[in-house]
Order: sequence, then C-alpha cells, then structure tokens
Amino acid sequence: MLPRSADVALGSRASPRTARIHLLSVSSDLLERYQDDLYLVKGATGWLTVAALLVGLVALPFFLPKVGLGYLLFIAILMAANVIVAVGLNMLVGFTGLISLGHAGFVAIGAYASGLLAAKFGLPWYAAWIGAAVITAGFGFLVGLPALRLTGPYLAIATLGFGIAVYQVLVNWTALSGGRTGLPVQQLSFGIAGLTATQQLYYVAAGAAVVLSWVGYNLARSHVGRALAAIRDSDIAAEVTGVNLLWYKTLAFAISAAYAGIAGAIIAQALRHLEPQSFTFLESITYFAMIVIGGLGTVSGAIIGAVILTLLPHYLSGLRQWLPIFYGAAIILMMMVEPRGIYGRWVRIKMYFKAWPL
Amino acid sequence: MSAQPLLETTGLSIAFGGIAALDRVDLAVGARELVSVIGPNGAGKTTLFNCICGLYRPDAGVTRFQDEPLPRRPDAVARRGIARTFQNIELFRMSTVLDNVMLGRHLHIKTSFADAALGTPRWKRDEVRHRRRVEEILDFLDLQATRRRRVGDLPMGQQRLVEIARALATEPILLLLDEPSSGMTAEEKADLVFRIKDIREEWGITVVLVEHDLKIVMGISDWIAVLDHGVKIAQGTPDVIQRDPAVITAYLGETPA
Ligand SMILES: Nc1ncnc2c1ncn2[C@@H]1O[C@H](COP(=O)(O)OP(=O)(O)OP(=O)(O)O)[C@@H](O)[C@H]1O
Ligand SMILES: [Mg+2]
Repeated sequence: MLPRSADVALGSRASPRTARIHLLSVSSDLLERYQDDLYLVKGATGWLTVAALLVGLVALPFFLPKVGLGYLLFIAILMAANVIVAVGLNMLVGFTGLISLGHAGFVAIGAYASGLLAAKFGLPWYAAWIGAAVITAGFGFLVGLPALRLTGPYLAIATLGFGIAVYQVLVNWTALSGGRTGLPVQQLSFGIAGLTATQQLYYVAAGAAVVLSWVGYNLARSHVGRALAAIRDSDIAAEVTGVNLLWYKTLAFAISAAYAGIAGAIIAQALRHLEPQSFTFLESITYFAMIVIGGLGTVSGAIIGAVILTLLPHYLSGLRQWLPIFYGAAIILMMMVEPRGIYGRWVRIKMYFKAWPL
Repeated sequence: MSAQPLLETTGLSIAFGGIAALDRVDLAVGARELVSVIGPNGAGKTTLFNCICGLYRPDAGVTRFQDEPLPRRPDAVARRGIARTFQNIELFRMSTVLDNVMLGRHLHIKTSFADAALGTPRWKRDEVRHRRRVEEILDFLDLQATRRRRVGDLPMGQQRLVEIARALATEPILLLLDEPSSGMTAEEKADLVFRIKDIREEWGITVVLVEHDLKIVMGISDWIAVLDHGVKIAQGTPDVIQRDPAVITAYLGETPA
C-alpha cells in the first residue's frame, strides 16, 4: 500500500558508511512496509515455531501418560501459573523498572479471592477468576501509589512488607482464610466433556498463559510498553514527553497484580487447599529470580525463566532446602554476568551468527 | 513583541538551600521567535527550563503560555505544546531510535489500552500513522540509518539529534533546547544551526535555545537574554548583547559583590 519501502529508500540515499552500519544492524529483515514491523510473528520459521508450540501444548495431556510421565501434567499447570506471574512481574520490574519483592502477596490474594468468590457466591469459574484479577489489580493499584515517591531499595522494602503483611493477615484472619489449617477450595467445573479434572484445568491454565503472554507481547510493543520503558530509562524525559507517571506507574502495578491474581486462581484450583505457607517470601523471591534469570524486559525472557524455575525444583527435589541460596546466587550472578538474562544471551548469539557472514 | 507573547514568565524565582538559582526573572517570548538564553555555568538556564516545563516548582512567579497559566505536572505541560531536550541527554537508552522518537507521539495516540493489548486493526492503523510522522522527522534530521540502533550505542552528536527528534514528534508549539550542540563535532554543529533555523522557519515552531557556543547563538538568535546568578542582567539583539558591559563582566567572571 505504501509505495516507498522505508529501508530500501534508505539504501539509495545514505552514505556508504551509514549504509554498512544499517546492513549490520538490520541484516536479513529488510522490511517492506511499516505495517510489517507490527507483526508479532515474522516469517515462516516464526510461524512454524508458534504452531509447533501450540500443537505441543494441546497434545501434552495425551502424550505425557504414554511415556509414563502423566504426573508431570500437574507440574505443567503450575508452570502455566508461573509463566503468568513472571510475564506480569516483568511488566513491572523489567519494563517499568519498579521492584516488587512481594508478588506472592498478589498471588495469594488471587488464590483466596477466586476460591471465596466461587464458594460464597457460587460464581462460575471464569467469573471467579476475573473477579480475582480485578481484586488483585485493585490491590496492585494501592501498592503502586507509594511507588510514585519510592524508588530502588525503598520500594523493594515496601513491597516486601506488603507480601509479609498479606501472609500475616491470612494467618490471623481465620474467618476468611481458615488460618493455618487452610481453606479447602471446591473443584470448579470447566465444562470440557470427556476430560479428567486435571486435564481440564491444564487446558484452561495453558490457554490463560498463552493468551496473557500474547497480551504481554502486544502491550510491550505498543505505546503502553514504550511509556513503561521510558519511565524505566528516564522518568523525567518520559514526563516532559507527555507520559503521566501517576497513571502508568500504578497501571504497571495493577497489570502485574492482575496477572498474579489469575495465576493465584489457577494455583488455588491445582492445590485445592490453600494455606498461607504456599505464599511466603520465598515464593516472591522465586518469581523475582524467574525474570532475572530468564531476562528482564522481554516477555520471552519471563516465559523462559518461569519454565526453567518450575522444572528445576522438581528435578532437584532432594536439594529443596538449598533452593533459596541457589536463587539468590543466580540472581546476583545474572545481574553481574548477563543482565539481559538467558533470553538476552540467546538473542546476542543469534545476532552474532546473523552478522557473521558479513 | 507588540502582540501578546507566547510564553511569559513574571518574577520567576527559585532557590536551592538559600542560593537563588532564579531571581525574579521576567521573560516574554513571542510566537515564532528564536530566542537564546545564555550565561555562565550555574547561571540558572537549565533551572529556567525546569521551571517552565513543570519539573521544578518555582518559589514565586508565574509562567503563562498562550495567555493561560501553565499546569504543574510536566506531562500536562507537554500536552499544552511545550517540548524540550536535556543538557545531560535523557534518552531511553535500552530502546531503539525509532522507539525513542515514537514515544514523542505518545500524547497524540488515541487508541485505547484495550486496543493495544489485543493488537486490533485499529491499533495497527494508528501505529502506522504515527510511524509515518516519525519517519518524516527522522528524515528531516537525517537519522533514518540509525532507526533500529539502540540509542545508547550512538555517538553523542546523534543522541542529541534523537532528543530533538523526540521533542519534535510531540508537535510542539514551543521547543526548549538545552545546549544541543555540546558534544557535537564542528560539522554536526554547522548542520544543527540549519536545522534549528528550519524548525522555526519551516515548521513554525518557537525556539528557546540555551547554548554555550556563542558563535551559534550570535548567528541565529532574534534576541538574547543573559542570566547571571539567577538574575537576568541583559536582553537584546546579538549586536547589543555583544557590547553590553554587564554581560562582558559576567563572562569574564568578575561577579559584582
Ligand atoms: N535540583 C537542584 N538542587 C540543588 N541545586 C540546584 C538544583 N538545580 C539547580 N541547582 C543550582 O542552581 C544553580 C543554577 O543551575 P543551572 O543548572 O540552572 O545552571 P545552568 O545555567 O544551566 O548552568 P550550566 O551552564 O552549567 O548548565 C546552580 O547553582 C545549581 O547548583
Ligand atoms: Mg544547564
């Protein structure tokens, strides 16, 4: 539609020096039209990867029992929940540069809220989950308000305090939470015929993870993502360019809390029994480690980190008590060696090979 | 300045720890003027910009723009049509040139959060529309070749241009440039002069320039205001300013006791 190809036009006009830089940095993706820049998935390889991933996700419940790993379906459900938390948390930490060390608090609120909404009001599962997301988003908004003034370590401490406060409230407000003995969660009906309860939950959880990741990618490349990254890199420049800091900082908190709330609802259904111990500070650190290890500031990085840190404790169950130390060390190491995480490292290796023949 | 000025500060004052950074500064900039504010280090030039665009709250004085008081929040000031660049380059270092300048479109983006989250066709159309405008600006500043590079990797001179591009992308009525030429090569400086002239003459944007390179200042300004220790000590055409004894004293560093 657009007659002029942006990058080709450039080639004819730019000086030889700039043209070479241009080739190095863009190499294979000479884009024809501005619209083409907006596709999330580019090229045949991209679509094949996405298709393979989706087919794999659909086939998983049938494939796993065949190879004697049926019990892993439960892990896959937790993985979906972790992916959702990590994508949401990354929106806050990776994109906006605001720290939260209390995300388990939001997950807990989502878990209890979805359980109570379904039990007390007899809501169908989706209504209970959306309700949980709205309630956690509200809490996220409230926790985000002090973030307008607090930065760095002060915000870390404030959010840490929030996580601990949620835990304490759950322990002590027994009428609501059942206290330490816990709160049984009724099994919700997802209404997918011919599947076991676990399989149904798996599909709903995996579907939620896919949709919310897709929304994450969309937001990241939109004006919302640009505004958040602007706040992270220079809040005063963001402000004088027209970004409302009050709105976007609290929005980042609200989005990431809503994501955590949905994940909490999934976890509530997976565990079917909630106790405050499931949402401790260690959980918050684990979420934080996911995004740091996977890669801050990219949706793919968050997903990768969540996948790795869900599988790791499972395979290292004998070393469970060492995990906090491992996470702490991994966070420090990643910050020092590869601040862009595993995903960032991979992108760089890919770029290296793309540029290599030149 | 017979007509109503576009920007008018009256009695603008602000002090930091007892030291006056601005002391009752009156300034009236007419529409489509190209005005420079000069003065020795620490004279209060950057502070003046910060007060205008809402980053600092002055202790006293008012700033009016298009005959209305300016709002307090910086993003609201931006919406009124004031854009600026920063002396200590404030770019979004991890993002590409394109994303930096696209942020300049932020206040013109009409699509909703939901459209963005779902990547709807409406969002795509809007995004392409803004992208076209951004490409025009990149063209104007000769930044096309850098559009996909991370700004943090660019040389200083180009980073300054990216800041100007981002400011222009907001479609400002008034553009505040804080030492745009510092860190530029002689060749880049020469280019910059033409561009600033174009911004005023072809785009019709009023420009207030803070600049240490007096050759640039004398060459392009309609008139010049001189600040020293937060006080406006002189104002006039380049010829007048160059011969003003108070200005010469200020620049020689002999501060009156
Ligand atoms: N946020 C602040 N806190 C404390 N003092 C400040 C602050 N901002 C400015 N000042 C002081 O106000 C005075 C004016 O500073 P300003 O940056 O406006 O000077 P300037 O004219 O831009 O100088 P330069 O040519 O070095 O950029 C200086 O004494 C400076 O130390
Ligand atoms: Mg200054």
